[in-house]
Amino acid sequence: MEFSQQLMQQLINGISLGSIYALIALGYTMIYGIIKLINFAHGDIYMVGAYIGFFAITQANVSIFPALLISMVVTGLLGMLVEKLAYKPLRHAPRISILITAIGVSFFLEYASMYFVSPTPRTFPEVMGNVAFHVGDLVINGQQLLILGITVVLMVILTYIVQRTKLGKAMRAASFDTETAQLMGVNADQVISFTFIIGSALAAVAGVLVGVYYNSIDPLMGIMPGLKAFVAAVLGGIGILPGAVVGGLVLGVIEALVSGFISSTFRDAAAFAILILVLLFKPSGLFGKNTNEKV
Amino acid sequence: MGTMLKIDNINVYYGAIHAIKGISLEVREGEIVTLIGANGAGKSTTLRTISGLLKPKDGKISFLGKDIAGKPAHEIVREGISQVPEGRRIFAEMSVLENLELGAFIRKDADGIKADMEMVFRRFPRLEERKAQQAGTLSGGEQQMLAMGRALMSRPKLLLLDEPSMGLAPLLIREIFSIIEDINKTGTTILLVEQNANMALSIADRAYVLETGRITLSGDAAKLAASEDVRKAYLGG
Repeated sequence: MEFSQQLMQQLINGISLGSIYALIALGYTMIYGIIKLINFAHGDIYMVGAYIGFFAITQANVSIFPALLISMVVTGLLGMLVEKLAYKPLRHAPRISILITAIGVSFFLEYASMYFVSPTPRTFPEVMGNVAFHVGDLVINGQQLLILGITVVLMVILTYIVQRTKLGKAMRAASFDTETAQLMGVNADQVISFTFIIGSALAAVAGVLVGVYYNSIDPLMGIMPGLKAFVAAVLGGIGILPGAVVGGLVLGVIEALVSGFISSTFRDAAAFAILILVLLFKPSGLFGKNTNEKV
Repeated sequence: MGTMLKIDNINVYYGAIHAIKGISLEVREGEIVTLIGANGAGKSTTLRTISGLLKPKDGKISFLGKDIAGKPAHEIVREGISQVPEGRRIFAEMSVLENLELGAFIRKDADGIKADMEMVFRRFPRLEERKAQQAGTLSGGEQQMLAMGRALMSRPKLLLLDEPSMGLAPLLIREIFSIIEDINKTGTTILLVEQNANMALSIADRAYVLETGRITLSGDAAKLAASEDVRKAYLGG
């Protein structure tokens, strides 16, 4: 009884954490899908999102939902700007150049943030009060419900955009074959900008939610979740949207189980062990097809 | 018949490789013009340059009197030039219907799109049967039909076809070519690139022969088909 209850509790914690990873991983995987870049600055975009939410709540005195929206818009535009200034000029350069640039952008965002908001961690304001729901012996707190609710809503909206709208179809076409999509009249630059906006806005939501969940944010907070979300995207199959969601949830649950039943010090090791195992045994990921590179 | 497409002395490079060396050609309204030549002669490069996927280093390309050289591909399709690329390049992970919808990407007239979708289904009944299916599951011939239907969905004035016979069985090639003639009869001008010179010359009004980036022969398709040089080089004697 004791064990199964603890198991359930860790599952709840894991799914909350996993939702955060999923939101970040979606951006990784969408951007990879369209320009074949592992955007290592994505974790830092998430950090900026957390700060914008923080300032919206503390300086503009708005509540959590407007803060989320503000953060999505501003961070989305930041993502677009990063692409236009840093990645677009390198579109025809060797892939390693743009990858190195992404790492440069990552450092730039981290240390520019330290300069502007100081390296000291900030305490994220209470937005949910101390609500907690008891289901039998299990505890689901308000933050966890908020994370789950928002993640589900965003996934539904994203699925609608990608599957049903003209822009979403253009995105899928361009990510499958950019040149042929252009022959159909798709403006590749626009689609790429749009992808960066969406991916960055999702990361911004994750950033604000983490602030709400853990109460603390700092300029280097994006490094670890950025890497974890990368693991999640690879686990699900990079470039595949449902893969990013499942990869994020699986990773979150595994981390929660490891911290709950073994030791929280092994949590990160477990995440990266998964990366190594995936790369060794199924590099295309859970949802990936084992196809060779297109010629 | 007025001139629709006029290419005037263009040079195209792939990095350091000089792929097109001063080509000039002309397509008049209502014609089927074919560009024949061996592998690597520059046929696809010419089409890709017209479509805006490659930029000519110099020279002029005008379409209906408008200079289009160097314009990006997504704008050229809006001028009324649509391409069926080599190897069909269908969106394999999307449904047949979505592929056709993407063909109409530049259009906003929902009723017109619907009518053209029905036109495509009348022309290619097999596409209608398979419209919900993933495009990648179609056979080679069906994929060629989808690529052609997709290109027609933008309602082009000029249709560029790059090797439509590639990898298809002889019977299917004949079917595809009769559909090309049919599309032409309903008012679409056609520029056809082919390695299968026999088939191409049999439906074309005029032809150009391309050899290592230069046009070596041009003229009436029937006359070229009869000429000794062409027979030896491209029609197997």
